[in-house]
Amino acid sequence: MVEKKMIHSLFLINCSGDIFLEKHWKSVVSQSVCDYFFEAQEKAADVENVPPVISTPHHYLISIYRDKLFFVSVIQTEVPPLFVIEFLHRVADTFQDYFGECSEAAIKDNVVIVYELLEEMLDNGFPLATESNILKELIKPPTILRSVVNSITGSSNVGDTLPTGQLSNIPWRRAGVKYTNNEAYFDVIEEIDAIIDKSGSTVFAEIQGVIDACIKLSGMPDLSLSFMNPRLLDDVSFHPCIRFKRWESERVLSFIPPDGNFRLISYRVSSQNLVAIPVYVKHSISFKENSSCGRFDITIGPKQNMGKTIEGITVTVHMPKVVLNMSLTPAQGSYTFDPVTKVLTWDVGKITPQKLPSLKGLVNLQSGAPKPEENPSLNIQFKIQQLAISGLKVNRLDMYGEKYKPFKGVKYVTKAGKFQVRT
Amino acid sequence: MLDTNKDSLKLEAMKRIVAMIARGKNASDLFPAVVKNVACKNIEVKKLVYVYLVRYAEEQQDLALLSISTFQRGLKDPNQLIRASALRVLSSIRVPIIVPIMMLAIKEAASDMSPYVRKTAAHAIPKLYSLDSDQKDQLIEVIEKLLADKTTLVAGSVVMAFEEVCPERIDLIHKNYRKLCNLLIDVEEWGQVVIISMLTRYARTQFLSPTQNESLLEENPEKAFYGSEEDEAKGTGPEAAAPASLPARKPYVMDPDHRLLLRNTKPLLQSRSAAVVMAVAQLYFHLAPKAEVGVIAKALVRLLRSHSEVQYVVLQNVATMSIKRRGMFEPYLKSFYIRSTDPTQIKILKLEVLTNLANETNIPTVLREFQTYIRSMDKDFVAATIQAIGRCATNIGRVRDTCLNGLVQLLSNRDELVVAESVVVIKKLLQMQPAQHGEIIKHLAKLTDNIQVPMARASILWLIGEYCEHVPKIAPDVLRKMAKSFTAEEDIVKLQVINLAAKLYLTNSKQTKLLTQYVLSLAKYDQNYDIRDRARFTRQLIVPSEQGGALSRHAKKLFLAPKPAPVLESSFKDRDHFQLGSLSHLLNAKATGYQELPDWPEEAPDPSVRNVEVPEWTKCSNREKRKEKEKPFYSDSEGESGPTESADSEPESESESESKSSSESGSEESSSESDEDQGEDEDKGRGSESEQSEEEGEKKRKKRKKVLVEHGEGSSSDEGSDSSSSSSDSEMTSESEEEQAEPASWRKKTPPSSKSAPAAKEVSLLDLEDYTPSSVQPVSPPTVVSTSLATDLEGLTLTDSSLVPSLLSPVPGVGRQELLHRVAGEGLAVDYAFSRQPFSGDPHMVSVHIYFSNSSETPIKGLHMGTPKLPAGISIQEFPEIESLAPGESATAIMGINFCDSTQAANFQLCTQTRQFYVSIQPPVGELMAPVFMSENEFKKEQGKLTGMNEITEKLILPDTCWSDHIVVKKVTATANVGRVPCGTSDEYRFAGRTLTSGSLVLLTLDTQPAGTAQVTVNSEKMVIGTMLVKDVIQALTQ
Repeated sequence: MVEKKMIHSLFLINCSGDIFLEKHWKSVVSQSVCDYFFEAQEKAADVENVPPVISTPHHYLISIYRDKLFFVSVIQTEVPPLFVIEFLHRVADTFQDYFGECSEAAIKDNVVIVYELLEEMLDNGFPLATESNILKELIKPPTILRSVVNSITGSSNVGDTLPTGQLSNIPWRRAGVKYTNNEAYFDVIEEIDAIIDKSGSTVFAEIQGVIDACIKLSGMPDLSLSFMNPRLLDDVSFHPCIRFKRWESERVLSFIPPDGNFRLISYRVSSQNLVAIPVYVKHSISFKENSSCGRFDITIGPKQNMGKTIEGITVTVHMPKVVLNMSLTPAQGSYTFDPVTKVLTWDVGKITPQKLPSLKGLVNLQSGAPKPEENPSLNIQFKIQQLAISGLKVNRLDMYGEKYKPFKGVKYVTKAGKFQVRT
Repeated sequence: MLDTNKDSLKLEAMKRIVAMIARGKNASDLFPAVVKNVACKNIEVKKLVYVYLVRYAEEQQDLALLSISTFQRGLKDPNQLIRASALRVLSSIRVPIIVPIMMLAIKEAASDMSPYVRKTAAHAIPKLYSLDSDQKDQLIEVIEKLLADKTTLVAGSVVMAFEEVCPERIDLIHKNYRKLCNLLIDVEEWGQVVIISMLTRYARTQFLSPTQNESLLEENPEKAFYGSEEDEAKGTGPEAAAPASLPARKPYVMDPDHRLLLRNTKPLLQSRSAAVVMAVAQLYFHLAPKAEVGVIAKALVRLLRSHSEVQYVVLQNVATMSIKRRGMFEPYLKSFYIRSTDPTQIKILKLEVLTNLANETNIPTVLREFQTYIRSMDKDFVAATIQAIGRCATNIGRVRDTCLNGLVQLLSNRDELVVAESVVVIKKLLQMQPAQHGEIIKHLAKLTDNIQVPMARASILWLIGEYCEHVPKIAPDVLRKMAKSFTAEEDIVKLQVINLAAKLYLTNSKQTKLLTQYVLSLAKYDQNYDIRDRARFTRQLIVPSEQGGALSRHAKKLFLAPKPAPVLESSFKDRDHFQLGSLSHLLNAKATGYQELPDWPEEAPDPSVRNVEVPEWTKCSNREKRKEKEKPFYSDSEGESGPTESADSEPESESESESKSSSESGSEESSSESDEDQGEDEDKGRGSESEQSEEEGEKKRKKRKKVLVEHGEGSSSDEGSDSSSSSSDSEMTSESEEEQAEPASWRKKTPPSSKSAPAAKEVSLLDLEDYTPSSVQPVSPPTVVSTSLATDLEGLTLTDSSLVPSLLSPVPGVGRQELLHRVAGEGLAVDYAFSRQPFSGDPHMVSVHIYFSNSSETPIKGLHMGTPKLPAGISIQEFPEIESLAPGESATAIMGINFCDSTQAANFQLCTQTRQFYVSIQPPVGELMAPVFMSENEFKKEQGKLTGMNEITEKLILPDTCWSDHIVVKKVTATANVGRVPCGTSDEYRFAGRTLTSGSLVLLTLDTQPAGTAQVTVNSEKMVIGTMLVKDVIQALTQ
């Protein structure tokens, strides 16, 4: 008979191919199953191209790649792949949340907590408790202070009562939250995804936004957040705490928040709206036929920036393989070129309209090789503080259910998302 | 260290052991030492021991048995966390000997008080099943029991157990179907995925295909395409595309349960979990009418922003969907544009989708995109792009020449891979219309000198051979060159050389005879047997030999038969026979344990199986039916309108009305029939509601109601808020028409009972008015919020309670009573009535509706409540202040009074800005309780506990008017707010209620004799209430 379960085992593998942690929720599956994974990894050449789902004679391997680690899960029977992928990402998120980073070192240092977490998160291969607020009640995150205290008093990291959240209708919030300063901060972060073609016209652009919240409020606050222009939001996905129907009927976000940091909503601003593109790039990149050099010249300037300063500009270019080296002079900022990965990074900083930043110089090519067919695309990063490019504005935040007056704050940032200029 | 007494040392030791396990090292030698600590007091040590045990118990079964008794003790622990974790570990130890113990433990845990323990029990089921499949029957019993559980916590886990143990027992789902649909939104994410995919299968077996009528349209893809486009533009309104508007051969009416599923899953498209979104998407794809599938596109496109693994899976599914439903993703074409930074596997999938989406109108843009892709540095991707161009060219005739020209240009590309790929694609394209492309073939022929990629060379040779009559001069020359290099070629090229030689020999034997023979003899001694075989075969065929050569006469036919052009197809075609979102779909192969998605049934199975059959539950299923309609609005907005009532008691107040109406319509028919009847009444009621309001011309109220109705319909709010009242009219009617369309088929069967319809109408109108203030716009924020909180907190027993009673028309027990006469009140008249609805805010309170009307000439301002002087125990929740009441206007408000289970009057002051009036409300005893549902057995059991002093009995003679069942029931329920308990004998009536403050049971029995004598018995702890109730009931019955 086939044993049925969702996730059978989990292996954590680092970039050099060492399996440094394994956890089985049922009978043990030998590490050798990972050989199929290594095989696929070799074939893919690039870490990003390892297929997330690999079929082996007896098992299926579903993996994710996060923070230079592979999370490889072993599956035996039919299960929606996204279910497993989503879960693995949730595991990685939890590690991140607990240890501040999701790295091999952090996991190795906290292997017992990792094990306890995995034990709680999955029962017989089926997710059990994945909300960070619940987990934190069951297993306390490590802090230096606590580890000192524990070693002296012998008290433990493990809670002995069932978290109240687990039993209530709001499993995401822990009970008995207390703060001396009650604060609620919201970050409205918008990212512009765009593809700009050679001539500078926009092929595709849309705005993806998220509202991240940092809520430190005592008791059981019931918040409602309203917008000046909620109709801008085209497609929204919610944290489970949000009352969906309230949004449907009144376009108000009404929720009892989890404690701490979380993502309240993510949204897309309808692509029908014209998206303001805050920067423009002038570029001329050319490689000469039959010679071992080429010219490289880019200039960045502000465009539709709503009067705000554009800062934190970085330009990343994946140069063709035949490029040996580049000797450039930046008018502003500094640049690096990695001859191995062929990645050119230009850290520009702020744009001052008086003197537009530019980067000019020569490209050395491998002699004898044919000139590259394609000019590389420019990936651009930038940041604009105090601006939500879509024009979204929070109207007000009201709190019910608790008596105190919280400190409230909203911050707006616009960033470049997947912002690519084709040349 | 494990042997020490110090916990901290033990802990340290266990931590090291766990670290060893984590690294995959064997720590089984330590088993005896570790097992000893299973009873350790320190909870962290204990946990780590559990981890160890679960890992090694299978290997050391005998020793593991030592620990069993500890867990058995743990199962009885008062702490639910300990009970649950004991069960978890016990069930995770894979030792066959303990199967009976596990079975027992699971059974016990399945009826545990704590839902968390029950959830653990559900998790344990598949574990036991995999250990010993002989237990299946017993386990199914447990599953059946847990499926009936009403908590959201358990729902996901038990469905998972169901899927693993007995997915074929679809019959177990029937009775829980509606409940699962309604609970869905509150189940945790993982459970949602499992439930949705199970329900998809369920729906495929139980409902008719919604597309059966659309099959006519299917032949006309253009039209279907526009249909979905339109839907997209509206972005909403699944209702709008009514199946009725389609040419109906046999009118298709969607089963209301089918609609329920679609409606309740739709909000989940907004989930943050990609897995949930995908699950809903596949449900819509497989179950929804064509016009409604469009809603999922937006959500799927959103997932493309997620992690690359998620993108990978989603794109695979989008690729499959986009073949079937191109129109759905067309508006999002640009979202699939490729960035140079995407991983190759993502690029290729996006390309697939772009190709599927390309059509006559968007092909120029798509091709322009492709053009940029061709220059990419990623050569695999370039190759895929060229193939994509080829596919576009085959699919869209208009651009074939453009594509071909483009591809020919690519032939001069410096990269050999690109050229090779182009040749292969060109070959396929040329096959479609070779005549016009002699030039291209010539061009290709020249390339043989340069191209080294075998596949490309082979393709060129094949082309030349096939169309040698178009290039009569070049062909022999090519053959000459190839003959020269024959030995150095790859196998695949060699085969094509033979092929070419044979064809030329047949058409142009003069020039090529010798060459052919030379090639054939070279091939005869080739290393590859395939080539040798081919050479021999060809020679026999084309070179006329002495012996007859019957075949050689037909050689020309064999070799130069016209060949059909190849069809360039997506590899995702027909993948949709796998359930989308599944592992099998992704791999395009059946994975172990994959459950086939069944085809739609020809005839719908009996829908009544989903009704819950026990007589008392007829009402409930009925209620659920109503709920279907209300749910979309109320499910989440409990916050605004949900009462604090514990969920257990809430349904009772609603059932009140139902028990009444069902008795009016002469109940006790077959359950399904009374069901239909009800649904219809309701429709009627709803329809006439709107009529009335129109007559009255009260715009405001109409608008309000419209909002309600609309939400009832589950349509988005967009329309609601900005549509003018004129448009709202038409919308409303169209909606209600639709509404009625559903039960239309039933209508013919059972003519509406004219008696019950108006009653329903009246009542619901009233309620609507009463409740709007509290449900639509919160009047007093603080109370509203506290209720929302309370409902959120009230725990998992969500069940049917999400249905707010407002639309469910309870029967006001005693009609309106006067609180303040208009003369005494100087123009202000105040009436009150007990609404019998649970008071939101405090379950112990009786909710009282107050009706104010101003019959004076001047507006009355600042109507509020003064400080009440109350007897001990009685408390009042004031109604919100009414700022102003214009002359001739009336207003209503709700207040709550906790009478503390006594009939003492609540005295308070009504204040206006100028005056104060002393008023008092004295409740009839029957209003101090709320109905309770119980079975006959429970009733008898409770009754048994309340005998002696607690039992009050009176005899009476029933007047003639009370001889019919429903009149008796009506009279009793009008007197007291109690619920009817089903009863085996016809001459006995039983009712049950619970007092609001103390929660004591009140059981009422009415025993009738044929002669007209009867006996009323009340059993209750509260003797005073009992005595008074008996009096009131007798009075009501004898009047």
